[in-house]
Amino acid sequence: MPRLVNLYPSRGSALALGALPFLILIAAYLFGSAARLAENPDDKLLPAPSAFVDTLKSYAVEEDRRSGEVLWWLDTGASMKRLLIALAISAFIGIVGGLAIGALPVVRSLLGPFVAALAMIPPLAILPILFIVLGLGEVAKIALIVFGVAPCIVRDVSLRAGELPKEQLIKAQTLGASSWLLSTRVILPQLWPRLIDALRLTLGSAWLFLIAAEAIASTEGLGYRIFLVRRYMAMDVILPYVIWITLLAYTMDWLLRLARARFFPWAESR
Amino acid sequence: MACVTVKHLWKEYGDQVVLENLNLHVADREFVTIIGASGCGKTTFLRMLLGVEQPTKGQLLIDGQPVPAEPGPDRGIVFQRYSLFPHLSVLDNLMLGLEFSGSRWLGKLFGARRREAAEKAESLLEAIGLHTARDKYPSQLSGGMQQRLSIAQSVIREPKILLLDEPFGALDPGITADMHEIILRLWQANRMTIFMITHDLKESFQLGTRLLVFDKRRHDPHAPERYGATVTYDIPLNRKKHSAPTPPLTAELVR
Repeated sequence: MPRLVNLYPSRGSALALGALPFLILIAAYLFGSAARLAENPDDKLLPAPSAFVDTLKSYAVEEDRRSGEVLWWLDTGASMKRLLIALAISAFIGIVGGLAIGALPVVRSLLGPFVAALAMIPPLAILPILFIVLGLGEVAKIALIVFGVAPCIVRDVSLRAGELPKEQLIKAQTLGASSWLLSTRVILPQLWPRLIDALRLTLGSAWLFLIAAEAIASTEGLGYRIFLVRRYMAMDVILPYVIWITLLAYTMDWLLRLARARFFPWAESR
Repeated sequence: MACVTVKHLWKEYGDQVVLENLNLHVADREFVTIIGASGCGKTTFLRMLLGVEQPTKGQLLIDGQPVPAEPGPDRGIVFQRYSLFPHLSVLDNLMLGLEFSGSRWLGKLFGARRREAAEKAESLLEAIGLHTARDKYPSQLSGGMQQRLSIAQSVIREPKILLLDEPFGALDPGITADMHEIILRLWQANRMTIFMITHDLKESFQLGTRLLVFDKRRHDPHAPERYGATVTYDIPLNRKKHSAPTPPLTAELVR
């Protein structure tokens, strides 16, 4: 019998092991739901699977009677637009700021402490300020996500730039690199994989800020819908929305991981 | 031309004296090997020639001019490790120096100029036996291959001075013979002055035309940092092999 630390599951059993917690969760839900519904057929807390099918039909297929829109896709579109714009802006700030802080000691002295302090401000605490200054529209919601995510990305990317071996930077200079070429041809290319890692890690908080902003001031969006139907204890809407959000977030994470392996093969398996 | 003159050179870090009163004249095309106990300022001396450290007192001159305060293409360097660019293929690693000099803003060459640079890089790759690995990334190479590439990378800009900081220190003893051959060939083909730090006594005698031993002349057991090291032995190594006619492979390198 090998030690437990040396025991690697085969591909098949790894898949089975991975699926196990999901199956247990689903089974527990079905069991709990059936038990509660047997006691009280009007129970709203753990709706039966059939209730989800009805909800999905009325939200994702049929048009809303009042607005004439298909709510599910309206919400998804609105939320994804906010999230993707915010992430794109954050990534841009992250790579430019991270490179400048990481590569140039003067910029590091100038902005390093400032960004570190900025990253410590709880973004939700300044949400009221954003709403007051930027209004209740799209800009404030995107600004909240950027504010919550970008400083962390800047710090992470600049840390990576600082981790590059000094030998490499000196070598590049002996090959005749100017500050500009050193930054663009030696440092920047090595920061892209870390930018992707940073985006993956901050994806969770980006969603958090998105839903928080939508819950407070919005007329459509995944977070808005969840908080709207909360009043009616509509678990048959909330749960599918939560699963859908999870699925979207997971897919984004997976795509980022794929992109990293595809575009930066040299950075894999180290 | 690259002769190095050292006059009354001192290097101190606060109270710690690393090098004291170093005096030296190294002629053009000399191959200087440097040995000495660890912590006796060999690497500090090399780093001053490189331009990443400055002398505390005294003068360090290349062709009569003070060494610039930052690294430049006239002084190549090979470190023990970490001097390759992991995001570039072997060929791109080698071409990088040419791309830096050929394109100030993009650092990339295109079309005929790229082909020309690639040709030069490929002939150098052939000379160091890495032609088959041209499209690999550095992490896919063995330690010996990485160092060969690093050496070739350093000479492609044709520096006047090549600095080697224990370039073979992390390699298997078995492959150092190959490395020696390559470094001697490049030295003869490129008309450089070489400074090489090594821990291997045999290597230092075998390769160099001149051997410097760094050590402390004085020692205070109560204050070991009080006195610095200097050159205690300066041994000319006259070796016929170095003036032998250029072997055919080298002729390729001399364009």
